[in-house]
Amino acid sequence: MPRRKGAPEVNAGSMADIAFLLLIFFLVTTTIETDAGLDRMLPPIEPPDQDVVIKQKNIFTVNINKNGQLLVEDNLMNLKDLRKAATAFLENNADGSCTYCKGKKDQSSSDNPTKAIISLKNDRETKYSTYITVQNELVGAYNDLRNREAQRLYGQDFTKMEADYLNPETPSAIRDDLKDKVKRIQDMFPQKLSEAETSTN
Amino acid sequence: MSAFNGRNRSEPAISTASLPDIVFMLLFFFMTVTTISNNELLVENELPMATAINTLDKKDRLIEIYVGMPKQELAKTLGNALRIQLNDQIAQITDIGPFVLQELSKKPESIRNFVTVALKVDKNVKVGMVADIKKELQEVHVYKVNYTTHQGESGNQKF
Repeated sequence: MPRRKGAPEVNAGSMADIAFLLLIFFLVTTTIETDAGLDRMLPPIEPPDQDVVIKQKNIFTVNINKNGQLLVEDNLMNLKDLRKAATAFLENNADGSCTYCKGKKDQSSSDNPTKAIISLKNDRETKYSTYITVQNELVGAYNDLRNREAQRLYGQDFTKMEADYLNPETPSAIRDDLKDKVKRIQDMFPQKLSEAETSTN
Repeated sequence: MSAFNGRNRSEPAISTASLPDIVFMLLFFFMTVTTISNNELLVENELPMATAINTLDKKDRLIEIYVGMPKQELAKTLGNALRIQLNDQIAQITDIGPFVLQELSKKPESIRNFVTVALKVDKNVKVGMVADIKKELQEVHVYKVNYTTHQGESGNQKF
């Protein structure tokens, strides 16, 4: 029998089937990562050594009741107005020491952004999604102000700068450069969000 | 009929030689964007929505705590009260402190300061439960938490 010229061709017709099988296996066993959320630092459990006196006007109280209604500074408020109210409170600038604020300098509201504290109180029966939405609005108020200042000073959004800074894939030269900028913006509007103990009724 | 048959005979077959390549491409895509879920969820876990969010650290710097109602098929054995899941076990609220410390000691020393506790809480859970968990975490001096959420507007919520 005469030999053929080349090696016989391998039939690759079932390759697609094998690949599909693998694909379906990976689709079933894996999940797309939900790797985002609201970062928060919990306060230490030990009480501070001395009592810190905070003026009432520097505290912006947000109360959530068990039905998900908001009581902001003793007034009932809709969720959609919360961000605006928080922003106005943070940059109110009553003592005039904050040069970059555009607030109304209302004497009955916060002195300056470094003194302004947002206090969040909630009922034990509040739904978690409500709680997260409210937190989201408050963090959003900080982000809006920080973005505005970052746009003015560096021409880009603070949230993007922070993400680039925290991303380990960013080259270290850029990260070092961003570190000071991010720190500066953070110091302009320090995030002071206090979560009080939850109440039972 | 004969006219159709005549035309059909002359048409070439579509080549499927590149089909495996396409499927492999899809396969690699899914392999890179997804992660193998290492523990089976025993509780309902539908995360709430938020927009002002930070992306989380790498998986090895996370300690995950799941909270929610037991899955429907497990309701018979687990009851229908809120449950906490640590790794692949249902746990009591008092187990959280020791669990977190144990997980922390498994991590390399260099990253222990950066470890975040990811609270993956179902959106129908009451805040009281979350407050209890936070208290447990404070007691073991773990302060860095992340409320894990999906990205998006929570438009259709009732207030």
